[in-house]
Amino acid sequence: MIELKRVSKSYHNCALPAVANLSLQVNRGEFVFLVGPSGAGKSTLIKLVFREQTPSSGQITFEGRDLSKLKQKELLRHRRRIGMVFQDYRLLKQKTVYENVAFALEVIGRPVKEIRRKVPAALAEVGLTGKEKAFPAELSGGEQQRVGIARAIVKDPLIILADEPTGNLDRNNALQLMELFETINRSGTTVIIATHAWDLVDRMKKRVVAMENGSLIRDEQRGSYGNEHLST
Amino acid sequence: MNISALKYGLRQGILSLRRNLWLATVTAGIIAISLAILGGFLLLAVNVGQMMRTIETNLEIAVFLEEGADPADISRQLAEHALVQSYLLVPKEQGLVEFAETLGDPAFLAGMEGENNPLPDLFRVKASDAQSVAALATDIRAFPGVEMADYGEELVGRLIGVTHWLNRLLLGMSSLLALGAVFLIVTTIRLSVVARQDEVGIMKYLGASNSFIRFPFLLEGVVIGWTGTLFAIVALGLGYEQLATSLQQEALTFFIRPVTDPALILPIFGGLLLLGTLMGGIGSIVSVRKFLRV
Repeated sequence: MIELKRVSKSYHNCALPAVANLSLQVNRGEFVFLVGPSGAGKSTLIKLVFREQTPSSGQITFEGRDLSKLKQKELLRHRRRIGMVFQDYRLLKQKTVYENVAFALEVIGRPVKEIRRKVPAALAEVGLTGKEKAFPAELSGGEQQRVGIARAIVKDPLIILADEPTGNLDRNNALQLMELFETINRSGTTVIIATHAWDLVDRMKKRVVAMENGSLIRDEQRGSYGNEHLST
Repeated sequence: MNISALKYGLRQGILSLRRNLWLATVTAGIIAISLAILGGFLLLAVNVGQMMRTIETNLEIAVFLEEGADPADISRQLAEHALVQSYLLVPKEQGLVEFAETLGDPAFLAGMEGENNPLPDLFRVKASDAQSVAALATDIRAFPGVEMADYGEELVGRLIGVTHWLNRLLLGMSSLLALGAVFLIVTTIRLSVVARQDEVGIMKYLGASNSFIRFPFLLEGVVIGWTGTLFAIVALGLGYEQLATSLQQEALTFFIRPVTDPALILPIFGGLLLLGTLMGGIGSIVSVRKFLRV
């Protein structure tokens, strides 16, 4: 599904590359944790897959298409097949829970009928039925992140990319969210999560891709966080 | 863009306009002023054009004969010339009477009759069309016995010079004002974009197209442009109608008749509406461009 071949990414103002000569393959339906200390290159990797950034060298293919060569329309189609989840939720505070989730479909021009059908289903999936009319400020952190996840899954993405989704949550909420990601993954959606939550990674026994200084240092099926958390 | 996207754009555009109402009003006001000046200049240009044509159409060539020249010879040559429409001989005795009438003093004639008359015989010649006046005057100057042929080219030349200078000044002024108005639109829309920067960022992450994101801002700019233009057109239309009516009632002279032909006036107003819309649209596109690079 996603294949990175010797990908490097350097930013203008940094001497060291954020991602260095990294090769990785993620298949459809996989659940992958990206782990490593801050500055390891996890967020850059997510941005590269979303095509918010383009690699300085190497090649990234998504469903067989070279991401560097996407035209504007193809880029939109690519992004619509990805659900993004952020550490800071990025909800619109003037919109209700329902409106925030519906927004994901509105902006890609989906018809009202479809929106009315899919939004309640997505909210039910993340356990927020009954909170439709609440504003983000009236919700707990865990609930806000659930809205973020509902917004990501409502457009039926092929893949969920989550960058530190539990970074602002307590352990219990974080665990519940991870279980939610697992449920989503069981329905066939590929999930890639960049995280520092080593205990959750160890507990869930999923594929773990560990990075350090932009390079891949470990790639294990049913892996654990390892010792990397000691240096964070 | 489908119906739901259109509805979303309309809703957001109206919200932005309400949020920035004061700045939007000021911007529309500046657009109204700049377009009213530009429209005034265009109306003036149309009227000056018509005035020049009227003057040229009514131009007569005054042909002064040399002392001792035979008017019958000149009359024959004029009759044979293809560009001559009509001509009239004014003998020097009659010329003296007309000159005295112009001065309003019949006593002026005293002592200037007969041998003492300083004026030459004169032909008043009309050309077959306005464009031929200059060519005909040149031809007549070459006739034997003609002292000079004059149709007031200096006056016409000076009028054209003043008109061109006025045109340039007004065009410069309205261009500067229009540029200022575009900058104001850019600022107004940029404020709207900054107010919705988070939303724009999220839209990009959700896969919204640039046209979807741009549409509410474009709408806001175009509405501001239209509003300004509408004010300019109403003010200009009312003002011009008043001026035209009063000039027609005064009936100052036959050539200062204001243009009232809709075929000449309406394209000016249509052009202003197009320009106002373009100013709003271009201002919006420039404002949003930077924020779409995600």
